[in-house]
Amino acid sequence: MWFKSYRMTFSYLNRIKNFRYPWVKLYSTSQTTVDSAEVKTFVALAHKWWDEQGVYGPLHSMNDLRVPFIRDHLLKTIPNHQPGKPLSGMKILDVGCGGGLLTEPLGRLGASVIGIDPVDENIKTAQCHKSFDPVLDKRIEYRVCSLEEIVEETAETFDAVVASEVVEHVIDIETFLQCCCQVLKPGGSLFITTINKTQLSYALGIVFSEQIAGIVPKGTHTWEKFVSPETLESILESNGLSVQTVVGMLYNPFSGYWHWSENTSLNYVAHAVKSRVQEHPMSAEFVLKRETEELQATACTNPAVHEELKK
Amino acid sequence: MAARFVRRWDAVRAAARSGLLVSCRRWSGASTDTVYDVVVSGGGLVGAAMACALGYDIHFHDKKILLLEAGPKKVLEKLSETYSNRVSSISPGSATLLSSFGAWDHICNMRYRAFRRMQVWDACSEALIMFDKDNLDDMGYIVENDVIMHALTKQLEAVSDRVTVLYRSKAIRYTWPCPFPMADCSPWVHITLGDGSTFQTKLLIGADGHNSGVRQAAGIQNVSWNYDQSAVVATLHLSEATENNVAWQRFLPSGPIALLPLSDTLSSLVWSTSHEHAAELVSMDEEQFVDAVNSAFWSDADHTDFIDTAGAMLQYAVGLLKPTKVSARQLPPSVARVDAKSRVLFPLGLGHAAEYVRPRVALIGDAAHRVHPLAGQGVNMGFGDISSLAHHLSTAAFNGKDLGSMSHLTGYETDRQRHNTALLAATDLLKRLYSTSAAPLVLLRTWGLQATNAASPLKEQIMAFASK
Repeated sequence: MWFKSYRMTFSYLNRIKNFRYPWVKLYSTSQTTVDSAEVKTFVALAHKWWDEQGVYGPLHSMNDLRVPFIRDHLLKTIPNHQPGKPLSGMKILDVGCGGGLLTEPLGRLGASVIGIDPVDENIKTAQCHKSFDPVLDKRIEYRVCSLEEIVEETAETFDAVVASEVVEHVIDIETFLQCCCQVLKPGGSLFITTINKTQLSYALGIVFSEQIAGIVPKGTHTWEKFVSPETLESILESNGLSVQTVVGMLYNPFSGYWHWSENTSLNYVAHAVKSRVQEHPMSAEFVLKRETEELQATACTNPAVHEELKK
Repeated sequence: MAARFVRRWDAVRAAARSGLLVSCRRWSGASTDTVYDVVVSGGGLVGAAMACALGYDIHFHDKKILLLEAGPKKVLEKLSETYSNRVSSISPGSATLLSSFGAWDHICNMRYRAFRRMQVWDACSEALIMFDKDNLDDMGYIVENDVIMHALTKQLEAVSDRVTVLYRSKAIRYTWPCPFPMADCSPWVHITLGDGSTFQTKLLIGADGHNSGVRQAAGIQNVSWNYDQSAVVATLHLSEATENNVAWQRFLPSGPIALLPLSDTLSSLVWSTSHEHAAELVSMDEEQFVDAVNSAFWSDADHTDFIDTAGAMLQYAVGLLKPTKVSARQLPPSVARVDAKSRVLFPLGLGHAAEYVRPRVALIGDAAHRVHPLAGQGVNMGFGDISSLAHHLSTAAFNGKDLGSMSHLTGYETDRQRHNTALLAATDLLKRLYSTSAAPLVLLRTWGLQATNAASPLKEQIMAFASK
């Protein structure tokens, strides 16, 4: 009962906020997933991205969790990686890269990264920051655009797509995830970090973080747009992506560090893989055949197993 | 609110640490200088070992490292017959570090001496403490500094594609990046050498000794004082060949005298004493010097009856409680000759930097801490710094982090300050405690030493701490 009443209050407040911009249709049927109200919030803070003690401090320290997560899951798909440049040869798309906080570490690990963001100022900051490092300058490319704008030209070209702290800011999450899937190579990985839609995330993520403690600037997040892992998983599955891992993350505002957690009711990270069988049912059989052959080859040293397989 | 406070406090600390007052010149505009990932300033034992550790680190295969050494390259064509008078006691932990990048093998092929026991005793009483490992494993190694340096140089040459070494290159100016990220301001540290060439780096490691230029340029406070002592080093020939695997140290009221084994017939002397006495020792003729050394180890002139009785009482009590463990005082081997021209003296002091790290700067070795040689820990603390910093940087590199970021540099600082401060304080306390022949303090230290000798767990803790 109480939950229902504050939810109604909340959507009432949301409507008041959007009334100020009557020319912006919140639930538009246009092709863009970019929310221009969100864009305005980020424009104001565009120059503060690289201050590790500033407003984006928590995002900097989140790198300690998300970079090893992405790196380790991608390394599983690379047979022999070069020491020093473990992700070299991988093409990664960082959607909603902001100032390049996550793009740069991925570039340092050897990957070729394209970072896109709809906010021009963010890309300017990111571009400027990477220009001082000659190695990163070559590996990273930034573009001011939304994901939908590049879907056509980059279909099935990326080994991995990273959408970190983005899905809670887009208008149409189904279209967004569909586009993510389209730009991924078959077998490619999608990494999403976002905030769960729970009572706890409202209390801690909005009320405490934004209004009381000021950890996150006011107006950054809208509780209505938070996504639960179950919703995310169902949308991903319907697009041909199978969710491999979902892990919770917890932020300690006093130490400034993030920790892994079993509990996904606040922040969480999800790793999904695009299935290799898409429009080619023939190739599925071929894959199955090859896998059986490989199994036989490795098991032939054990005669008992060999017997089993023959059966 | 709490987080805002925490963030602002961090920002204030960061601003304070960024050395706003010290040469914060903006290096604007594009630069064609080479950008190195790490520059190590100072190519001594600790600086060269740091460059080696990073050069051989698996996560640094893609990185560019520069080592700057002000002196010329020391080439050791052939190991000389005479031993060098500057030796270091290498702990097992340091030996592990050196073997991790293959330098220890070179040292083994040249020469070193392992010691298995250490006897430390007082001149003013019969109290002594004997350190040894249960299974008589090596407690430590005495290696000449030249031998270590040669091993490190060889290993650096083997990774010359990743580590560039510049000899006769002294940095004359460091320019720090702006404390807050700004559009046209280079975020790297700029180094200018004496010949005018400039480099940029993401992390500057200061390994340039106790008068560190990096530390001074960064404006880091240094707590330091000079001891009223100088150390005299020499290479001594023993009267007769012995197994020579024991390290001896006797605390005289004027300062500790130590005999470290080099070979069956040779030992190295480190005698810390007052400036005047040190000057006398270096200038007196060889026979007198040998007599002075022998009498320093053997003479009981400083014993007093009172202390002897008190010591004997405690020893009796210990004997009742622990009847098995009785360590009789042994005498070190007598000295017959001293190597000509091997007598040198150098002043002693204590130093400790208030901060080991700043954004994009880290201090290691004597630049961060300077200690009395009585515990044989000086270079070992430096090697410990290298282990810790290399570990933190390796993890950071594997996480794609900016190497100069304070988040992992403060991890190194916390690690090492805890260890080093304790060791520095203990060494300074021991030095002061043993610099007097006043009866109450002698009594205190006699009983303390005897009690510590009897308490094996305590001795094992001390050995473990010192072998890290």
